[in-house]
Amino acid sequence: MIGSVQDKQGNFTLDNFRNVFQGVSLGVLATPSEANLFGLSIPLPFTVDFQSNSIVSAYILSIQLSVTTALLGGILGFLLAYAVVLGGLPRFARSALLTFSGVASYFSGVPLAFAFIATLGRLGFVTALIRNVFGFDFYQAGFSILSLTGLILTYTYFQFPLMVLIITPALDGLKKEWREAAENLGASNTEYWRHVAFPILLPSILGTMILLFSNAFGAVATPYALTGGNFQLATILIFRQIRGEVLQDPGLGYAVSLGMVVVMALSLTLYYWLQRRSERWLKR
Amino acid sequence: MTKSSLVSWLILLIGFLYFFVPLIGTLDFSLRLVKDQITLQAYVNVLTTPRFQNTFTFSFMAALLTIVVATLLVAPTAYWVHLKLPQIRPLIEFVTLLTFVVPAIVLVFGLIRVYARPPLSILESDLGANFLLIMAYTALALAAMYRSVDVGLRAIDVRTLTEAAQSLGAGWSTILFQVIFPNLRVALLSGAFITFAMVIGEFTIATFLARPAFGPYMANVGQTRPYESTALTIISLSLTWACIGAIQLLGRGARGQIAGTGQ
Repeated sequence: MIGSVQDKQGNFTLDNFRNVFQGVSLGVLATPSEANLFGLSIPLPFTVDFQSNSIVSAYILSIQLSVTTALLGGILGFLLAYAVVLGGLPRFARSALLTFSGVASYFSGVPLAFAFIATLGRLGFVTALIRNVFGFDFYQAGFSILSLTGLILTYTYFQFPLMVLIITPALDGLKKEWREAAENLGASNTEYWRHVAFPILLPSILGTMILLFSNAFGAVATPYALTGGNFQLATILIFRQIRGEVLQDPGLGYAVSLGMVVVMALSLTLYYWLQRRSERWLKR
Repeated sequence: MTKSSLVSWLILLIGFLYFFVPLIGTLDFSLRLVKDQITLQAYVNVLTTPRFQNTFTFSFMAALLTIVVATLLVAPTAYWVHLKLPQIRPLIEFVTLLTFVVPAIVLVFGLIRVYARPPLSILESDLGANFLLIMAYTALALAAMYRSVDVGLRAIDVRTLTEAAQSLGAGWSTILFQVIFPNLRVALLSGAFITFAMVIGEFTIATFLARPAFGPYMANVGQTRPYESTALTIISLSLTWACIGAIQLLGRGARGQIAGTGQ
């Protein structure tokens, strides 16, 4: 009896998603420019995209931003996790870092944008501090929180905590025996990392970075609140599309959306595969 | 060893600076509404605005409803999968991962396209739009909720508990609500707090479904009133802190049942 209810509930979730996908794919089929390409619904969004340079550049910018912040956040997060797990720091440093990361990874969206404007904006705390103490105005040196650099700094704020949270258990999974075995065989610290620990961790590291990538790729609220929607990212493009500010062509909106889903699906597939690989050694 | 721990401290210092400097900057900014003076006026302004109270109440209710729906959806599903259908677990995990594949903006775009016109023009009424909002939030919360409950289920012996309850003559609803759920209480609560932290300031979906929610209100304030917006930032951050703090406290109460990261 519960089983039937159960199925209903399960189906219900799927329905939710199916509707979304239906919305997306229906849109593609309804795009006028696709009539001549009937049956080739997948390549279409890209055909449409390449007709308009601004869309391609929005994708490129989105990908650039996501890759950079995934790398930066990934490296910083890994170093932090390494420091607290294997760096010989006291126990409280670890629990403090994990707590802060838990908070910071949810501190995104609109409030995060405000925080960075208040800190690195033209009148921000750090801007003013550096101007007053060192007499150096980095706004005159060409920096702006509304630029790509500013966005990268802001995104990294919610990226590195996520890396810390996901990679810490993986570092915990490195067994002491592996290190001892390597040392017994005469390996130095570098050799141990180069040939043992790093290859084991690599799938987890890459996998987490892919998650970070998708995390940044789908972000809307942060760049919108930071730049007021003037920065041409793929998500902002959809945003303005729905608002009806630009390009009164809903089919294009679908296409940009589908393009995003494709990018996300690819990265998540890769993530899944890497996850499988990392589980081989890091079974809990 | 001292050299390596020095490096570790240095890295940790960088991380903590990255974390705290923007917070200090925000706090400092929010206290400077009146020139050359430290004042709480920005907070007073915000808290006494009726729109703040309305939007906050709205998002709060939305968060509570999302938690209820997501719990009722995920907990029995996860239990059933755990007990009877362990082989479809990858499928369920895939479904929860979909929330990552479909970004919120794409989700809401699809929702508008499907539900804003006949035959399914639900979005026309307030009630319909609210319903869709809760459904979309539930979809967003699925991943965190499922992971949380899954970890909780692994920590208890589901089969034995179920069989024991059955041999005492319990029906399925009794088993779920009086045996399984109480044992999952920590996992359910931590999933609930994560959901709350996600929903309370959510911007994208609420904006496009034109709901009077807290996230769009914050963005709106940010365009016109810089001091009040930083005060709002501090307020919403404190809420996140409270949620994560609650999860940590719960986790301490029952070790091994904590999901924490949610991702």
